[in-house]
Amino acid sequence: MTDDQDGLEAQFAQWRHYVQRRRELRQADADELEDHLRGSVDDLMAAGLRADEAFLVAVKRMGSLDELSREFAREHSERLWKQLVLTGGPDGPVTRSRRDLVVMVGCALGAAASVKVPELLGASLADGSTFYPLNAGLLVLPWLAGFLAWRRRAPVGLIGVLVALFGLGAVGANVHPLTAQSQSIVLTSLHLPIALWFAVGVAYASDDPRASRRWMDFIRFTGECFIYYVLIALGGGVLVGFVFGTFEAIGVSPETVISQWVVPCGAAAAIVVAGWLVEAKQGVVENIAPVLTRLFTPLFTVVLLAFLVTWGVTTGGIDVEREALILFDLLLVVVLGLLLYSASARDPLAPPGVFDRLQLALVVSALVIDVLVLVEITGRISEFGTTPNKAAALGENVVLLANLAWSAWLMLGLVRRRTPFAALERWQTAYLPVYAVWAWVVVLVFPPVFGYL
Amino acid sequence: MKVAKDLVAASATPMVLGILAEEDSYGYAILRRINELSGGELDWTEGLLYPLLHRLERLGHVESSWRSVAGERRRKYYRITRGGLAELAEQRRQWDTVVGALKEIWPDRPQPLTTFPRGGFA
Repeated sequence: MTDDQDGLEAQFAQWRHYVQRRRELRQADADELEDHLRGSVDDLMAAGLRADEAFLVAVKRMGSLDELSREFAREHSERLWKQLVLTGGPDGPVTRSRRDLVVMVGCALGAAASVKVPELLGASLADGSTFYPLNAGLLVLPWLAGFLAWRRRAPVGLIGVLVALFGLGAVGANVHPLTAQSQSIVLTSLHLPIALWFAVGVAYASDDPRASRRWMDFIRFTGECFIYYVLIALGGGVLVGFVFGTFEAIGVSPETVISQWVVPCGAAAAIVVAGWLVEAKQGVVENIAPVLTRLFTPLFTVVLLAFLVTWGVTTGGIDVEREALILFDLLLVVVLGLLLYSASARDPLAPPGVFDRLQLALVVSALVIDVLVLVEITGRISEFGTTPNKAAALGENVVLLANLAWSAWLMLGLVRRRTPFAALERWQTAYLPVYAVWAWVVVLVFPPVFGYL
Repeated sequence: MKVAKDLVAASATPMVLGILAEEDSYGYAILRRINELSGGELDWTEGLLYPLLHRLERLGHVESSWRSVAGERRRKYYRITRGGLAELAEQRRQWDTVVGALKEIWPDRPQPLTTFPRGGFA
């Protein structure tokens, strides 16, 4: 009997080893499944089977680990949000990734070409021209959206929605009679890419647009895409530096080629490449965004608290100019980013820990600062009247403030174990349309409302 | 006769919540209880049960904890929460509607199949 038991334990150890190699299954899952297996083995042995027979039957009943891991991956998509696992079709991964590569290269070339075509037709890349700042997003992002929609095999109705959104963007960018001095030029060129990014989101989530987890994946996609883009831009900068150095050494100035062709086309194509990299190589950087948030959440909390304390001690007024308002908008964006990216990688089942409390402190201190700033700025606006810039900055502030205020409330519930973490996740994905709507409002409604100022 | 996969999946949540409403339990025991209740006709797999339990936990319908009961292994027990009880009540209402409607259509005694003309179902 003890021999039997030893053999059984060895078999369990081996089984555990196989299970632990699965990235879909965590230690706790392995423990839970092992307990299940042991229960099954005990029952079979009680029915008269020998230990090794019982083990075989129990393992067979549990079914293949592939299938089991797939089911776990479906529920725990935050552990590995791999489309390869979730939407991998009948065709093998190799042909699939090769076709991806071909289509990606096509889309990247398309993006690069569409940046150049308007210039060859007469639009100017020079500083005074308004065409490129207004239309940059429209020239590039449709290619990324197209690539994603192709990859997800988006239904025709959704493709119609995408075309309509980009068409609306084209109208917003080019119909309003804006002069080169208009504030709205800057506003539109900042907000249109944001508005269109949500069209990219529609393409991204086109296989299941109603699932909030899919939109959480899109939030992750956005962060990873940004990281990849920065990395590509750094590499590109090094490349450009070498091109300058080497060609000038032989007496040829590459400046026109670089500034007219390489940089604009490269910057456009890199967006599609970054999107493809996130899709194809999710394993490589999937941990960077969470690591960065872990690193910077405590630091930002300290800075914000220090700012509050200093402000309280000096009791000086705050110098609220437009730049300050934009600065505080960016601060809220950073805080929201820290919140989102640690949320996107957090195990939804984990109990509230020190880090959640720290985040709550971060969000609350950002909120306090922002409310103080808002009180000052609304006073100024009601005194001196408003401009499109001020109105947009103020609107953004309110949009972000509303999100963070409710997030803080949900996080308080989480820390006190009243609300599950899923509530915070749902709130963040449900709030995404608000940003999109606001960006569209700034693009479409602001210019006429402010008399094309 | 095995129950079709779709039907198993649809009834999974109320079944698990119902079992947990009786008493706290762990995975293997839940599976055994379902087997018992259905006379072995409901084909549940671990791939259905554990991800479902984890989803219910994420939604706050159940809570889990590792407990060791005297003389037994340490196990992950699941307990239904107040939110889970509310969800169970809601699911029950829906299932009552479905079952009630089906009972209206179907006579009490199942009609013997032999009264149907032979061949039509081949």
